[in-house]
Amino acid sequence: MSDTHTFLETLHQHRQSMGPEPTWIAARRQAGAARFEAMGFPTRRDEEWKYTDVRGIAQGNFALAESAEFSQATAATLTLPLEAYRLTFVDGVFSASLSDLEHLPEGLQVLPLSKALETNHEAVGGPLGRLTGVDFSAFAALNTAFMEEGAVIRIAAGCVVEKPIIVQFLSRANDQPTMCHPRVLVEAAGRSEATLIEHYIGEKDAQNFTNVVGEFMLDRGAILQHYKLQEAPLGDYHVASMHVEQNRDSRYTSYSLNLGGALVRNDLISDLNGQGAETNFLGLFFGQDRQHVDNHTKVNHNAPLTFSNENYKGILDDRAHGVFNGKVFVKRDSQKIEGYQSNQNLLLSDRARIDAKPELEIYADDVKCSHGTTTGQLDEEAVFALRTRGIDEATARALLTLAFAGEVLEEVKLDVVSERVELAVAGKLPERFNLTGLVEAASALNELD
Amino acid sequence: MLEVNDLHVTVEGNEILKGLTLTIKKGEVHAIMGPNGAGKSTLSAVIAGKDGYEVTQGTITFEGNDVLEMDIEERAQAGLLLGFQYPVEIPGVKNIYLLKSALNAQRAARGEEEMPAPDFLKLVREKLGYMKMDPSFLQRAVNEGFSGGEKKRNEILQMLVLQPKLAMLDEIDSGLDIDAMKVVADGVNSLRAEERAILIVTHYQRLLDYITPDKVHVLVDGRIVKTGDAELAKELEANGYEGIEEGSAA
Repeated sequence: MSDTHTFLETLHQHRQSMGPEPTWIAARRQAGAARFEAMGFPTRRDEEWKYTDVRGIAQGNFALAESAEFSQATAATLTLPLEAYRLTFVDGVFSASLSDLEHLPEGLQVLPLSKALETNHEAVGGPLGRLTGVDFSAFAALNTAFMEEGAVIRIAAGCVVEKPIIVQFLSRANDQPTMCHPRVLVEAAGRSEATLIEHYIGEKDAQNFTNVVGEFMLDRGAILQHYKLQEAPLGDYHVASMHVEQNRDSRYTSYSLNLGGALVRNDLISDLNGQGAETNFLGLFFGQDRQHVDNHTKVNHNAPLTFSNENYKGILDDRAHGVFNGKVFVKRDSQKIEGYQSNQNLLLSDRARIDAKPELEIYADDVKCSHGTTTGQLDEEAVFALRTRGIDEATARALLTLAFAGEVLEEVKLDVVSERVELAVAGKLPERFNLTGLVEAASALNELD
Repeated sequence: MLEVNDLHVTVEGNEILKGLTLTIKKGEVHAIMGPNGAGKSTLSAVIAGKDGYEVTQGTITFEGNDVLEMDIEERAQAGLLLGFQYPVEIPGVKNIYLLKSALNAQRAARGEEEMPAPDFLKLVREKLGYMKMDPSFLQRAVNEGFSGGEKKRNEILQMLVLQPKLAMLDEIDSGLDIDAMKVVADGVNSLRAEERAILIVTHYQRLLDYITPDKVHVLVDGRIVKTGDAELAKELEANGYEGIEEGSAA
């Protein structure tokens, strides 16, 4: 029996238990299933999957979760302590009790996809799948075959959303692993402004598979800060296909912070379709044990006078394996664009590994582009210098590792998020090294000056 | 306080120190002078615990403890601090992080509580003023983009904050103009105290115009060949090391 068959059988069983649905969605579901079956799971012979072996997913037997039951107390410890509008999914199932959608400001809609389909499915039919079609990858096709839940966020023209919007995905430690195929759909109208946080986290022993597809449409002058804080349990599989479309003068910033998951694959694509559009990709990935973290990014400069800036940093310990594949594409006659890309990796152990591949493809002659990648280890002279000041070796290494991550973390505007990443990267610091104390001292000093 | 006895050290198979003996008591300021290649930097590197230096014979004790058995950080926590000839740049690690971590590590080793943030800031600002350094230094990454003079001042600043029992200064005057040297020398002089010792390693006598040592040792070819008072330094300045070498051979 082929790997795809198991998944298609689960789909078949599931659909039989469901009621009728709009014809357009049934048609797309079928197209997704057919495309998935035709493509099959990618293998390492596929150029795009050269360094990532997905057999752990392909050969898994994942059920679909039937409830969103989750202890309120546990959820409270996992949830980011932020004043926010919140949508929560448990193994892909919407949890009304763990969500907070009250008092949404005028001009902002945040609702689960299931509800959007129920109340006005025509409004979803147009944008859903417009950026990430079933041909993008077997995973996108698989997601489409199963799509029924996720987040729909619409921000009206000129609407500035003050509080962040959090879409959190909780993963449970189930007897049988589950899978979910959520969608994230964001339509940001002209000159709107918002901050979105996608947060993946769960119970320590979870072993589930999340296969998310995100589509982000930014109209003229829209601004979107998009955080992805991926702290999935270390047994989880995580595949994310994110596609951004940017109209004139829009500004999109992605903060992709990856700490969790056994096998992680992130695809992030920005299409800069109008003059003045700007995209910023900031990434930090941290792998330990045998974690595998693969980041594929692509910026398409489809219009002149567009700007992109990418900075990805990888930290890999133990036998972790990281992948960075970043592509900057400049379409014919997209003149006066600027595209910068940088990837730096830090290997903390001899058995950690990184495969880095920056790519530039330019079909215009008046452009400013640069790219570069470096991989190294901690500077032993710096470790020594810190130790000669009485700082023990573990703390010295933690300080230097944090310093390496600092360039990306300093850009993170939400302290709650950057502190969580700092603590995860610094590991279990010796008690005498009080990170919070350090940060407080530094800011107190700023106030004195 | 510090006793170095018959120390032999090899680096990549070459013997650099060939039976060096030195005793420093608290309250004293010692200067070790010598020509290039005599082993001056090797001595401070071995005491600080740098890799790549093999002690084949002899002992180093600090307040009765075997220094060679101590971890690098333990030596610093015990009060043995080295000011580097070439301070390392540490991108991303702010000076204030280094100072606070180092001070708290030292206090923890002594079983003391962390210094409260306001006291710490007061202390650091006072020492900054002494070294004529702007508070903005604290927010800059350690030595990153610092001029030669700024790096050396930063080394002394760390000494002033950490208050070692024995401060070792390796070629602290190299690359300094006269004004910077005065600031550095003032900093070092302010460290002079009854319970503290200072060891200055230098090629030139000029720093000793500002910091008067109690004892001057001449290091030639891995051994101390002559010991005297501050006058010896002046003699060396006038006659060079060659006379000493000949003298020692005789």
